[in-house]
Amino acid sequence: MTFTNSAELLAFHWVAYSIYAAMIISVVAWFGYNLTRKDAKSVFRIPFYWYMAFLVAGGVGHHIFTYNTIPWVSEDIDRHNIKPDAVYNIEVKDHKWKLPARQIVIQCEDKVLFNVKSHDLTYGFGLFRKDGSMVMQMQVNPGSPNDILWTFNHNGIFDMTSTEYSGPHQYSEDGEDLMLVKDFVKVVGCKDGGLKK
Amino acid sequence: MSFVKTLINGTNFDHTSLNALQKVTLRPVIMSFLFYGLVALEGMIMRMVEVGRVPGNPIPEQFFHPEHFFSIMTVHPIVGIFGSTYQLVFGAFMFLVPYLTKKPLYSVKLANATWILITLGTALAWIAAFVWQYAPLYTLYWPLPADTTQFSAIGGIVFIIGIALIMFGTFGFIYNIYATIFARVGVHKDKTLKELLISGFGIDGLLNLINKLRGKPPYTKEPALALPVVAIFRGTVDTFLDAIVILGAGILVLIYLVADVTGWSLDVTAIDALLYKNFFWWGLDLVADGLVLIYVAGSWYLLATLITGQKLFMENVARAALMLELLVSWMVWSHHLLGDQGQPEMMKLISGEMVTAFELLTQGLALFITLVTLWKARPLKMTMELKYLLGGLVGFGLAVPAAIIQADMGMNRVLHNTQWIIGAHVHIALIVGLYMTLYSAVYVLWPLVTNNTKLYSHKLSNAHYWLHLIGGIGMGAFMGMAGLDGMLRRHLYVDGQFNPDMIFAAICGSMLLVAWFLFLSNVVMSVGIKGLIGIFLPAKDQTASYGIEEEIKPADDPAFAN
Repeated sequence: MTFTNSAELLAFHWVAYSIYAAMIISVVAWFGYNLTRKDAKSVFRIPFYWYMAFLVAGGVGHHIFTYNTIPWVSEDIDRHNIKPDAVYNIEVKDHKWKLPARQIVIQCEDKVLFNVKSHDLTYGFGLFRKDGSMVMQMQVNPGSPNDILWTFNHNGIFDMTSTEYSGPHQYSEDGEDLMLVKDFVKVVGCKDGGLKK
Repeated sequence: MSFVKTLINGTNFDHTSLNALQKVTLRPVIMSFLFYGLVALEGMIMRMVEVGRVPGNPIPEQFFHPEHFFSIMTVHPIVGIFGSTYQLVFGAFMFLVPYLTKKPLYSVKLANATWILITLGTALAWIAAFVWQYAPLYTLYWPLPADTTQFSAIGGIVFIIGIALIMFGTFGFIYNIYATIFARVGVHKDKTLKELLISGFGIDGLLNLINKLRGKPPYTKEPALALPVVAIFRGTVDTFLDAIVILGAGILVLIYLVADVTGWSLDVTAIDALLYKNFFWWGLDLVADGLVLIYVAGSWYLLATLITGQKLFMENVARAALMLELLVSWMVWSHHLLGDQGQPEMMKLISGEMVTAFELLTQGLALFITLVTLWKARPLKMTMELKYLLGGLVGFGLAVPAAIIQADMGMNRVLHNTQWIIGAHVHIALIVGLYMTLYSAVYVLWPLVTNNTKLYSHKLSNAHYWLHLIGGIGMGAFMGMAGLDGMLRRHLYVDGQFNPDMIFAAICGSMLLVAWFLFLSNVVMSVGIKGLIGIFLPAKDQTASYGIEEEIKPADDPAFAN
């Protein structure tokens, strides 16, 4: 099992967490109801050490699962040893981007390095699909490296904006996001269901 | 009795019968609930803005302006965390420590200074945002708070002074708590400082466990400090460290702002933004992942024992686990920096992921111990305090796993700074987990601090409970869903891009606001307006303890008595 983009991951996460939330609410409600009953008997006993082992397995297993199913984790950790197919240097100052091009076109499954430098404030760098869902993001701190290696496995045209608050000057008086760059990234060359043709 | 008479006089509340400790407990509690109303209103304003300029949205146009919107967003957590939560917790603990240790509070004057300083500080910070629209948000990411091209330096100075006053009030609370715990009077008359420290840090519980494993008699059968006091002791360590960091950051910002006002501009690049972020999050996280979790665990243990009237299940383990929680809370801040590419990968892995995952263990353990303690005492009557306690357990049962999920390098890449974080995790942890635990404590302590005043309406209590529970979970859930759809948490959306999630979140938010109003009405109708004013009048009875036959005189300097 591998998630080829964030949309697949977030859909999985939505289902998994919703099931968990419904379960924990139901368990406590059931527990509360039985607390008031004189004849309530334990349906099952949870041995303490098994419970603790379950928590440890949950805490550690979650990270092992994501490391093995989300491709950008290992890529991110090892990004300094991976030769990117393309590098895009971006600068930002006074809430204005200095971009390499109005739109960049990326080939499917190419490894792309975005290198963003802030000259003043702490910003964010995030790509979004047309439905508003997030493709990826990173923080952009002044005075330290802000580089992210990303592999695009699905075609699409993505908008870019700052994902970190950098003061009200990011917006017009009407609330329009002045740092939003529409259609900044275009990915081509993937099959309909994702990955290279 | 007519409605008006009850409104003025309350049920059977007599403020003149309250002693100094009871009054100094109730004052911050009242301020806390007033600030809670303000914070709920602020939250609703922001939620309605996020609903967007859609037909039927009654929110005035001025709130859509970024300066105004982010000013509200800046003070919202200040008022919520410090003005409301800190005051409620501090008020409760300044009563509980003397009550549980059977000793007088070290200083009623200092307790009064605490709530006055925090109230003034919160008000000043709010005024700075309202008047000068100072809006660097609570994160204060460098160099934004010192950016005078966007913000008024005067506004910033007022804001920082406000925060400093809150921190000074916090120091007052800390001193009072430790001075009371270490006072060698009453039951602790013959205890040494070492014995109290060993108990405070839970080492006695750990030694008891080790001795049990080795087949030896317990280190101590009667620990010097009750378990809830141990939790307060432990959590207050984090409260202190957090106050130092926030004050330190405030002083730094103040230096830059004062320099700007005097025409002497300092270079903001002299401060490394990422290093500052690490420092600030280390301190700030001691609130979220430190004192809150430790205080909450202690509160659950106290409530479970008071509700059941029985001993806590696995008390020695609980004592030892609180020590582990303290250590864990010092090492988890990097989960806030998983999206910062300059942060060393090892720190992200160890501090951000692995140590953070320990919180699942420590909080899971507290949940287990509380549930088993309740289960062993069944059948129990479903009282208001039990209902709220179960609500609190649900809140953390939802919010803590949500935190562990997002404290992951894979998930964080798409969840960081989204409404998922602030909704499914933070708001559910605070509104459902923390506040429902605190409401349970309010119901438990109410007869003690008000001398058995009858609550005006059980129906209002129930309505408050269900509205708060459903509204809290619902709002957090819809904010979380919007986050999964890509909605950022510190961003202005004015066109309703994330509707209908935001509309549903606003409906649930309004349930919270109504719940607060019902709760406050119930309290006001119980104590009456006369009683409410009377709480703030000086107490005739200067007793600084509760439940002790004979008032014990404090030592000259109990904190440092040999």
